[in-house]
Formats: sequence, structure tokens, C-alpha cells
Amino acid sequence: MSLSKEQVHHIARLARIAVSDDDVEQFAGQLSSLLDHFSTLSAVDTEGVEPTAHPLPLGNVMRADEPAPSLPLEEVLANAPEHEDGYLRVRAVLE
Amino acid sequence: MTAVATAYETIIGLEVHTQLTTRSKMFCACSADYSGAGPNTHVCPVCLGLPGVLPVINERAIESIVMTGLALNCQIAPFSKFDRKNYPYPDLMKGYQISQYDLPVCHDGWLEITVGGEHKRVGITRVHMEEDTARLLHRVDASTGEGYTLVDVNRSGTPLMEIVSEPDMRTPAEAREYLVRLRQILRYIGVSRANMEEGNFRCDANVSLRPVDAPEYGAKVEIKNMNSFRAVHDALAFEVERQARLLNAGERIVQETRGWVDESQETVSQRTKEEASDYRYFPEPDLPPMRFNEAYLERIRERIPELPEARYRRFLELGLSDYEASTLTESRDRADYYEAVMHALNVDRQRAAKLAANWTLGSVAEWANATGNDVASIPVSAERLAELIQLAEDGTITGTVAKQVFDTMLESGRGARDIVEADGLAQVSGGDELTEIVRKVISENEKAVGDYRAGKESAVKFLVGQVMKATRGRANPQVVQELLVEELG
Ligand SMILES: [Zn+2]
Repeated sequence: MSLSKEQVHHIARLARIAVSDDDVEQFAGQLSSLLDHFSTLSAVDTEGVEPTAHPLPLGNVMRADEPAPSLPLEEVLANAPEHEDGYLRVRAVLE
Repeated sequence: MTAVATAYETIIGLEVHTQLTTRSKMFCACSADYSGAGPNTHVCPVCLGLPGVLPVINERAIESIVMTGLALNCQIAPFSKFDRKNYPYPDLMKGYQISQYDLPVCHDGWLEITVGGEHKRVGITRVHMEEDTARLLHRVDASTGEGYTLVDVNRSGTPLMEIVSEPDMRTPAEAREYLVRLRQILRYIGVSRANMEEGNFRCDANVSLRPVDAPEYGAKVEIKNMNSFRAVHDALAFEVERQARLLNAGERIVQETRGWVDESQETVSQRTKEEASDYRYFPEPDLPPMRFNEAYLERIRERIPELPEARYRRFLELGLSDYEASTLTESRDRADYYEAVMHALNVDRQRAAKLAANWTLGSVAEWANATGNDVASIPVSAERLAELIQLAEDGTITGTVAKQVFDTMLESGRGARDIVEADGLAQVSGGDELTEIVRKVISENEKAVGDYRAGKESAVKFLVGQVMKATRGRANPQVVQELLVEELG
């Protein structure tokens, strides 16, 4: 399976990663071989096998609705490159 | 204007997002009650999307959505799971929203609405659970003139329920009624405050037009930014007209998202990128799926109170009018208060139903409107109001005095009997006291007496008023009139 340049550009855009034309060339090859690798899975006979949503045989793992203290504001902001009046500050986001 | 306009049918579907009133957030233990709190003070590693954290489902939120589904006549999925919805908009710290894609908790229900006396069922396509997003504030840097954005993560991760209707509504009025009924049910079962102005009940609409009898739907337009019931109604009405005008002019409707602008009362195109949304949903690997068995559903079903529609019908059977029954059942608080008053009254059933309705929709509603409070927080308990009504009913006080006593009860917190005794408000019934007052009024109002004797019947009304004034409303006006006529010979 081989990805087109357009598909690589689309994926890069969704991930908000800037790619050059040279990158696209390279990634198209690499991503395609990844897909080939996964496509070996489709060789497995899944006739009569229920689809699964989760790898572990668990269900209904829930917690009681009890609030617990949140982080102190300084810690929330500690890793933020920029903040202002307690808010995280980021570049302009357009709706 | 001779052009023959084609008749169109309007097709409306609504998507409602409503916040659940849990104590903690959907997948972490941060308090969900962040109103009035400073920015980013209800935040932990989970809702901040730090690496290596593990979300855990809030049990109460799931109970709430199941209860909602049952109240909306939905099927509850025996097996349901969460999915990741990936998108780059930075209102969720993780870069994705935990939502539900193909296996929502509830599906295929309905809600009954009544518009212009017509009953109609609006289908509920699905109700699913997700997390709310952070709040973004858009600012401009004063020194550089450049825009930037501030992020408050407090709201992020609070439980949000999405309720999607079928495209079953045909008029803006039906859409409005659907929202009113939906809000009413959510409040009755106590899962959400469902307040549009507070932003915890949000609505988007899909609208399309098609020529009457056309088999297929027209291109649909999504409308956002409607922040009140009125806005929903007005935005839909505007959109229906806009689309009809375009179609009549032979133009095509562009499938797009439009925002409602309250100030200019119009919808405007929200230019979004042409590419279709690519959310790349996949099962949330951090959350095991949910299974709901019959025993669980039964436990939730038992906790659902009598719903407004059933209560309305029961109130009609008590002999109440359509107006009384529907107004009393508007909120659960009001209906509860009404029933408590009715049950505390010691008169026959039908009379009790009527008396309690008059007071709950009269003086009690006036107090609620004037103070902006819920009936539930009225300082006069249902039992105390019943005591007051009883005093008026057995003739101890007049209706006029009863209203005064009610006001005193509100102000002082004293009981009706106490006020009537302490303030000497018992009805002046016949006897010497009343006769004396009647005679005094006759002697002091020569003109009215003259008019009456000259054949002007209405003059007696004036005299009755004077007696009522002299007794501070403590006399029975009918008895007063009889006495006056007798005394005037
Ligand atoms: Zn948290």
C-alpha cells in the first residue's frame, strides 16, 4: 500500500506538523511501509470473532463521584511557556 | 408581487449539549463546581492532559445519562464505550475529546411536544456522554496589536451530555417547545441545571427546506451561537425565510455553518475550512467499556420521579384547568409545593385541589416572580400555607385578610393563627360590632346615602367599600351589603 503526497500532506496538517516537499517524499515511503506491516494483520481469519473495543477483559470500571483537591495554581502554570492572570496564554486561536 | 412562491416544508433537527450536575468531573476528581472560581483552580494532571495519567469514569454521570435516556423513552445500549475524537482546536489539553462514536449509551427515544393543541412525538436519535472543553478568551495585546488567546481549563473535563433529535420538527415554535420540554425533564430528574443563559444547556440547530411532498431533504444549514430560547426561535425563523427567498430566486442553498447574531437578528456564514471534519475516532484505550444489565436499569428506573407529562395528566384529573395543570407542573418544585399544600388541607379533595392551585399560582407565584427565587425556597412552608387557607375557608378570616396575613407570614416567619390572633384580624361577623360600623359609615356619607335613596343602586358599592376600609378588610362584603340595605331601609 502506498500513500500519495496529498495524503501525507493531509496527515501532517491534521497533526499540525510543517513538512517540506523533501519530507513528504521520505514520509510517504516510511508511512507506506508501516501500513504494509500492519496489513499482515488482515491475513488473520476473523470469521465469527466479535469485534473488541478494549484489549483487557474489563468492564464498568468507575469511581464514586467524590471531589478531591485540584493542583495549586503555581503547579498548573509551572510548565506553561506563557501565562497571564492565572490563564494559560497561547497564540491567537481562531474559531 | 405576483410570483407564485413554492410552498416549502421546514425540517429542523436539534443538538443539545447539557452539563450534568455531578460533584466531580467526568474522568478526574476535580470539583465540577467551578462557578465563581479563579481560572485554572479546578485542574489536575488528568484534565490538564499530562502524559501518563489515567482517566476513570464518574459513576454518577453514567447513572445520570442512563436516567435521561429512560426518561426520554430511549433504548439503553447493553454495551457502550468511549472513543477519542481527535481535533487540533486547543480547548482540550489532550488534543482530543473523550466522546462516544458508534455505541452511545442511549438511542432511539422520543419526547412528546404540544404546539397549538397538537401533540407530536419528536424522535431522539441518540444521547451520548462526553467531556466539556476549556474556556477560551480572545484578547488583543495592547503593545503589539496582535491577538492572543487565554485558556481556563476549569470547565474542561466536566461531564457533558449530547442529545440529538431526529429532524422531526417543522416550525421554529416546535423547536422551541422541544427545548422547553427537554429542559423541564432534565430538571425534573435532577441531572442538569439546564440553564441556557448560564451556558450549561446549549443548542445547535440543523435547518433545511424542501418543496412540500418532495421525497428528499434539501441541503442543511447548521446554526450555532443561540444563547436563549428566544434566540433559537428567532434564528430558525430568520433562516427559514432566508432559505425560502434563495430557493424562490432559483439559487442553491449552500451546506454550511452559520452563526446567529443577536444584535443584528440574522445568521451569518461562519467561514470554516472547506475540508470535511476528520476526527479519526477510535476506541479510547484508557477506558474499559460499559455494560448495562436489566438489574442496573431497574435500579435507575426506580429513581425517576413522576415526569411532567404524567403529573400534568394527573392534575387534570383532580379537576384543574389545562392552564393550572400545565403551569403547576412547569417545575418540579412548584408541583411538589402545590401537592404538599393540597394534602395538608382538611377539605374535600376537589376543593383542596382548587384552593391549593389558586394560592400556588397566586400569592406564592407572585412572591417567586418578585424575588426571583424558586418556590422551594419560600419561607412559608406548604403546611403553614395550608393552615392559612384553612382559616379563610372556615370563615375565621376573609379572603382579603388572608392575603395580608400571607404577606406578614413571608416577612415575619410567624404562623397564620398567631398573626390573626395577635393582630385581631378575625372576621367581623354580623352582630353588634359590624352593625355599629355600618351605622357610622351611613352617618358619615350623606351624599352616597342620598344617591342610593334616590335610586342609584351602585352607591351601595361605595358604602360597602367604606365599611371594608373601616374594618381593615375583616368583614364579609356580602354580609356588609345586606346589613347596609337593611339599615338604609
Ligand atoms: Zn482534573
